[in-house]
Amino acid sequence: MTGDHEDAVRGNQDAVVAQPQPGHGLEPAGHADGPVDPFADPGLEEHEPRPTDVDEHAARRAERQIAACFMLSAFFVVLFCISFFVFKIGNNPTTILGGYGASNVTLGLFLGLALLLIGIGAIQWARKLMSDVEVVEMRHPTASSEADRVATVEALQQGVSDSGIARRPLIRNSLVGALAMLGLPVILGLRDLGPLPGNKLSVTVWRKGMRVVNDVAGTPIKPEEVEIGQLINSQPEILFEKDANGQPKYAGTELLNAKTKASTIVVRMKPEDITPTPGRENWGVSGILCFSKICTHVGCPISLWEQQTHHLLCPCHQSTFDLGNNGKVIFGPAGRPLPQLPLMVDSEGYLAAQSDFTEPVGPSFWERGER
Amino acid sequence: MSTATTNGKKAAQVHRPSKVGQLATWVDDRTGIAGVAKKQVRKVFPDHWSFMLGEIALWSFVVLLLTGTFLTLWFKPSMGEVVYNGSYDQLRGVSMSEAYASALHLSFDVRGGLLMRQIHHWAAMLFIAAMFVHMMRIYFTGAFRKPRELNWVIGCLLLLLGSLEGFTGYSLPDDLLSGTGLRAAGGFILAIPVVGTYISFFLFGGEFPGDAIIPRLYTAHVLLIPAVLLALIGLHMLLLVYQKHTQYAGPGRTNDNVVGYPMMPVYAAKAGGFFFIVFGVSALMGGLMSINPVWRYGPYDPSQVTAGSQPDWYMGWPDGALRIMPGWETHAFGFTLSWNIFLPIIVLPGLMFTILLMLPFIENWITGDKRDHHLLQRPRNAPTRTATMVALMTFIGLLWAAGGNDIMAIKFNLNLNYITYFIRVMVFVGPVVAFLITRRWCISLQRADRDRLLHGYESGVIMRSPEGAYAEKHLPISTGETFALTSREHDDIPAMPSDADENGVANHKVWLTRLRVRLARFWYSGNIETPSREELEAARHHADDELAEQELAEYHDSHVQHDRHGIETGEVGKH
Ligand code: FES
Repeated sequence: MTGDHEDAVRGNQDAVVAQPQPGHGLEPAGHADGPVDPFADPGLEEHEPRPTDVDEHAARRAERQIAACFMLSAFFVVLFCISFFVFKIGNNPTTILGGYGASNVTLGLFLGLALLLIGIGAIQWARKLMSDVEVVEMRHPTASSEADRVATVEALQQGVSDSGIARRPLIRNSLVGALAMLGLPVILGLRDLGPLPGNKLSVTVWRKGMRVVNDVAGTPIKPEEVEIGQLINSQPEILFEKDANGQPKYAGTELLNAKTKASTIVVRMKPEDITPTPGRENWGVSGILCFSKICTHVGCPISLWEQQTHHLLCPCHQSTFDLGNNGKVIFGPAGRPLPQLPLMVDSEGYLAAQSDFTEPVGPSFWERGER
Repeated sequence: MSTATTNGKKAAQVHRPSKVGQLATWVDDRTGIAGVAKKQVRKVFPDHWSFMLGEIALWSFVVLLLTGTFLTLWFKPSMGEVVYNGSYDQLRGVSMSEAYASALHLSFDVRGGLLMRQIHHWAAMLFIAAMFVHMMRIYFTGAFRKPRELNWVIGCLLLLLGSLEGFTGYSLPDDLLSGTGLRAAGGFILAIPVVGTYISFFLFGGEFPGDAIIPRLYTAHVLLIPAVLLALIGLHMLLLVYQKHTQYAGPGRTNDNVVGYPMMPVYAAKAGGFFFIVFGVSALMGGLMSINPVWRYGPYDPSQVTAGSQPDWYMGWPDGALRIMPGWETHAFGFTLSWNIFLPIIVLPGLMFTILLMLPFIENWITGDKRDHHLLQRPRNAPTRTATMVALMTFIGLLWAAGGNDIMAIKFNLNLNYITYFIRVMVFVGPVVAFLITRRWCISLQRADRDRLLHGYESGVIMRSPEGAYAEKHLPISTGETFALTSREHDDIPAMPSDADENGVANHKVWLTRLRVRLARFWYSGNIETPSREELEAARHHADDELAEQELAEYHDSHVQHDRHGIETGEVGKH
């Protein structure tokens, strides 16, 4: 096992290579006699034979172990196949084995063990039975030889001069121009990736008189049903309406797009806890206010309501808004107050919007303006 | 294939026209590959546990390709609305996107589908984590130095693309959590000055969420990014093979050679076996540990959110930066600039990535080192470098902690606001403190190495001196260890340039050179040089004397004067 020589490389036994160490600037002394130079490379350690190198029994045992790994691996593959057919999947994987499902657990376990055993066997084979004589290989300089470099540069120059690109600037310049023009088809080709923004980010589906409805059932809300301290997730009524054919007016992507901007929350506080900014005095209905549900930071829907303090906390980055004080940011990274939807009571006594939001909702954007 | 004629048994085998030989001949007749292969077949790879980290990354990428292909057979990257009709009770009858419905189908109605989904996700974690740790190893040991700077750059790109690949991947199922992540990503893009709104509309095909983003991310996730990743990994490996692997200093291991096991058979068996280990571990994780149970989150709805929404961990640090940023916004000339988003999530990651990419070049500019380096350095022997990385890691680590500020607040019952204020301060103070401590620590370790060289190791034998004092006997270390410890390059500190060069010509960029020299001096300052040969011999000689004398003194119980050789060698045996 230890006699695996090649001409180009040397193993530990015959490789007492004392390479001068370029770094430390000291010449290594000879090894033959005299005191050993502490800075000289003592060369590779002698190769220590492993038990499997010298003891045929140990080698046999290792061989059997490795083969056992491979055979066991095959056995686990069989178990994998059996599990594949035995364990039913579907419905709820959370019922068996703490949430992972018997099929998943057994398949993963047996596949994992089968793979692991192949790996363990192979590595054990390399460690126990393959030659562990270390081989020394000399490095070559990463760079090419000077002659190669010169030849390459010459060849390049020859090529350039043969092409005449330097002597015929008309050709060169017109080619560069033509290639640059090819950028235009690329850019134009991508133009229809999306429509232009227009004012889409500044408007929502809210309109004057549109009812504020419960976000699950779509039921309109009467002011007297809202208790002090209560928060109701709400949506504009139109998202629940059906058209003449009985189809929902908003469905699929359109519904999600509309909800992204129009989602609101309705909260009721004691009127004395509310300090409206000038112009917002009549935006509430007896202490009931309506705010955008979309965080002005990067747009998460806000959900955590602290009744006592009238604070609304965004779960994404913890921006906190004071709804008693016009949705002002009192903590966190959001830059602007939560937009407020002016409320009124319609002719049937339900909460409704006085208008659309008076400013864009959701995250800031460049063209947003100073509102 | 081999023409070695070392013993008769082998030679006989070679001359018999074996199947392998025939096949090799067939291939070589058509490709001429033997010329290239003859060196590679027995190519030497050095062995060390830390060289395994890159292998984990490589193999988990292969696992990702395999499991990912499986997933594409069922996953439908469409945002079209369907009503779920599959096996999972809780969501039956609910409207959702086809993408989410097919992710549920994969989890509940395809045998092994959930397993593959979970292996895929775990392998992705493994891939990125291994790349991170591998990169630390490369940096701390100076393996990025000439001639390997290009591989560092490729590695950085791999890390960036890997993170992007991860983000696009976990966005695909279109569940509530991933939709929330996309919503935030949309918000980030909107914060880019001037063009942000347009980029966002082009990316999402209109307003968020629209119906285009999932198919587009899918193309990026299964085609564009993996193709680039694959090409870069190939290049990474090619350079590695061409330049040969670095190694740690040791007896017989120098800057001019590489010592280890040959590719065939040892390295092939070990590395190949390791692939199965990585795959096996991912499979066990996929089977036994739940990850990203999308069915619990429900379909995406922009008005819903799960409390404690967190991105995948490798995206946690920019998220933390976002959390601790004050809410600054500028409104001017009818435009809005959101510093609170633009700085932490667009500028900062870009800046950090640029710094990471530039680290080898910055160091090289400072030290002016032009040599080829194939021997790895121990982190302690480059204190400023080590401290730089620890400072960066501290910065990232603190931001990462900030990304979990809500979780910390709940788990440790702390005030969220105070955690945020604390981290706001610490991101500036922490890295500086970490830098200083690490640097001192490294220098102390150098000092310990010097002591070990001069005075040897602690033998564990307690000696009593004639005065009655007890001390531990030190014994000299082996020549091999001495060689390894002294295999350090000498610091090459440049001289401060004068205003004019030797010919009296005014030196124009002198301020730049001076800055460089000052930085170089700082870079090397505090380093403890390895002892000179004289010092080492004197110390050894002295130690021998002292040991002999002490042993003698035990006999004669007499007072002994030490000859100090005029060298400060410390109190040998009298600590
Ligand atoms: S999205 Fe609300 S704090 Fe960031």
